[in-house]
Amino acid sequence: MNLKTFKIGGVHPPENKLSAGVPIEAAALPKRAFIHLGQHLGAPAKPVVQKGDKVKVGTLIGTADGFISANVHSSVSGTVFGIEPVADVSGYKRPAVIIDVEGDEWEPAIDRTPTLKKEITLDKKAIIEKIKEAGIVGLGGATFPAHVKYLVPEGKNVDTLLINGVECEPYLTSDHRLMLERSDELLIGARTLMAALGVEKAIIGIEANKPDAIALLERKAKDYAGITIQPLKVQYPQGAEKQLIKACLNREVPSGKLPLDVGCVVNNVGTAVAVYDAVQKNKPLFERIVTITGKKMKKRANFVVRVGTPISQLIEACGGAPDGTTKLINGGPMMGKAMVSAEIPVTKGTSGIILVDASEAKRREPSACIRCAKCVEACPMGLEPYFIEKLTEYARWDETEEAGAADCVECGSCQFTCPAARPLLDNIRLAKTTVMRIRRERSKK
Amino acid sequence: MTTYIVSLSPHEKGPLSTEKIMWGVVLALLPSFGFAAYFFGIRAIVVTLVAAITCILTELIIQKYLMKTTVTALDGSAAITGILLAFNVPSSIPLWEIVVGAVFAIAIGKMAFGGLGRNPFNPALLGRAFMLASFPVDMTTWPIPVKTQWLWNMGKTVDGTTAATPLGFLKEGVKMGDSVGALAANRPELFDYLNLFVGNVGGCIGEVSALAILIGGIYLMYRKIISWHIPVFYLAALALITGIFWLSDPAKYADPLFHILAGGAMLGAWFMATDMVTSPMTAKGQIIFAVCGGLLCGLIRLFGSFPEGCSYSILIMNAFVPLIDKYVKPTRFGKEVNYA
Repeated sequence: MNLKTFKIGGVHPPENKLSAGVPIEAAALPKRAFIHLGQHLGAPAKPVVQKGDKVKVGTLIGTADGFISANVHSSVSGTVFGIEPVADVSGYKRPAVIIDVEGDEWEPAIDRTPTLKKEITLDKKAIIEKIKEAGIVGLGGATFPAHVKYLVPEGKNVDTLLINGVECEPYLTSDHRLMLERSDELLIGARTLMAALGVEKAIIGIEANKPDAIALLERKAKDYAGITIQPLKVQYPQGAEKQLIKACLNREVPSGKLPLDVGCVVNNVGTAVAVYDAVQKNKPLFERIVTITGKKMKKRANFVVRVGTPISQLIEACGGAPDGTTKLINGGPMMGKAMVSAEIPVTKGTSGIILVDASEAKRREPSACIRCAKCVEACPMGLEPYFIEKLTEYARWDETEEAGAADCVECGSCQFTCPAARPLLDNIRLAKTTVMRIRRERSKK
Repeated sequence: MTTYIVSLSPHEKGPLSTEKIMWGVVLALLPSFGFAAYFFGIRAIVVTLVAAITCILTELIIQKYLMKTTVTALDGSAAITGILLAFNVPSSIPLWEIVVGAVFAIAIGKMAFGGLGRNPFNPALLGRAFMLASFPVDMTTWPIPVKTQWLWNMGKTVDGTTAATPLGFLKEGVKMGDSVGALAANRPELFDYLNLFVGNVGGCIGEVSALAILIGGIYLMYRKIISWHIPVFYLAALALITGIFWLSDPAKYADPLFHILAGGAMLGAWFMATDMVTSPMTAKGQIIFAVCGGLLCGLIRLFGSFPEGCSYSILIMNAFVPLIDKYVKPTRFGKEVNYA
């Protein structure tokens, strides 16, 4: 196998893909769904329902507010209880539509038949409009409104669609299961996105630790013109957009630029399947696959979950949190967010929940930097994490900008590898946000 | 409702730690220690242990009573300084002198700058330089390997003879006007590559056996504690400069292989130039550091007044590390756009 990868930096954390063999199963409907209006990057949606309204599965409950925003649909049928602040992943309370669930009645426009619809009949504009209507966002975790990427500005020349099936984060297996169990939908979704972009070439990048998915998709992709499968060497953070483009196409997105600038658009495998559902089956994005895993869990799962389902319910469905669980990670262990409690609803961006035992939940006490240069070796952006950390300690922001703090992708490789357990990324994040603020202020002048 | 620990990502931590790195280096020094014990006997063991323990105690006392901070004297870094200092002195050194050297290395060379990670110079080499300036005779009197190994007082008495180091003998001889060939014919055991490789020659405790150092160095590379850049480029640069002069006049200058195997070049290249704290942070910087170090070492050996220049070459290059780190930066992602 011809395994490609990115050239600079990277680490190899223990993979721990404990739930890779567990087939996708549907999670039970919640009694009450908490659907956030801001589940995506950009402005939160504007609610279009009010207390007492009856909604069905797939009913529009929030409309996109601005260019970078996304529609939000009801994931359940029932009565709107109200629009109230509900804690999200970061622990802040943000407005959410709360729906008391009654039955499971879907909008009649949604095609619920399992038949595969291969033929793409819509044109470019109509596809993008469908994606926008369905409220599709990047399902890899960044939750960037998907339709925006396909509105290619004049003068930009795009030749390749990249589909991200890397799943380089340890533990998570939702994309892996999706590739195995919804491979045709994935390939048709990719064809649909190719049509939306007007390109003839698509590459699905998959890391070599998922040989079954690579083999299956390689076999099936023969029926879909222009789609190739690219096996990749296991290396974190290959799933980061810039690293994936470098690995698959050997193109480097310049600092501060977008994949568009090097002629490609990147979307996650989950997004491609959601596009299939939306364009071919008229089904808006209101459910997704969520991995529930942890070293001490007796039962692990890959659930199809309706957005708005409390995470606690999913953990209960796996037999509850094992004794000694002291950390809940929403997302992967390298970039995911630790949650305050399990009473937080699933959103479009929830790829997995990891239950971490007390023995692994705490950080080690940091000691002095021994200048071992492991962080410099590990940084996939070619930065000097130790140096930015030092500059941040002294609040020398101009120099952190020169040192490239704003280019940091926050993959955590530096902090992962640091033998002295320095809080490198914590400091670089502070430098990055400060540099961004200074830049905004500068551009105002 | 249960509450959970909240912290920023990454939540995963790699297996490396400062202690593992430092004790890994100590482990890598064991082969040299074993060879030293074989060639120089019990005295080499005692000198090394005294130096290591003195370094650890000095660091402990300073951290506890002067700096009043967390005591990290057992993280292995002080032990390395002690062992390397001992490896850079003859085994016949009086014990009180190695104690003074060890205290200097830690107190002045390391703790005065703020402790681990903040010292600009390799503490062991500073200690050695201090000892060479303070005790020049004791630091340049070499016991004969193997023959005197179980004698405590060796190097001074026995039958009155002491060993010569290959580099010292060469330097003296060339100064007298002898040709390299004549010198080699006079004392063939000092110019025998096998002797030099195994370590059966006079010299400092830990520097004599290239073989043992190589075993330790390969272990360090296997553990990914050091990269190959510094040792390979250091030795290559040394071979280059000595090779040029050897080619120009083989009667006056020894060959590059001799220069690599004799003296402290191997120990310096693998264990002292690679010291993380006092070497550059990027691969490019490390290459510059190592090449300049190797050239300097060769120049000092060929034209300086000392027969050996390894430790000074590394100390001099240590001083340039901040400058190298300021100007030699890693290649940033997205800087070289190769998409037309």
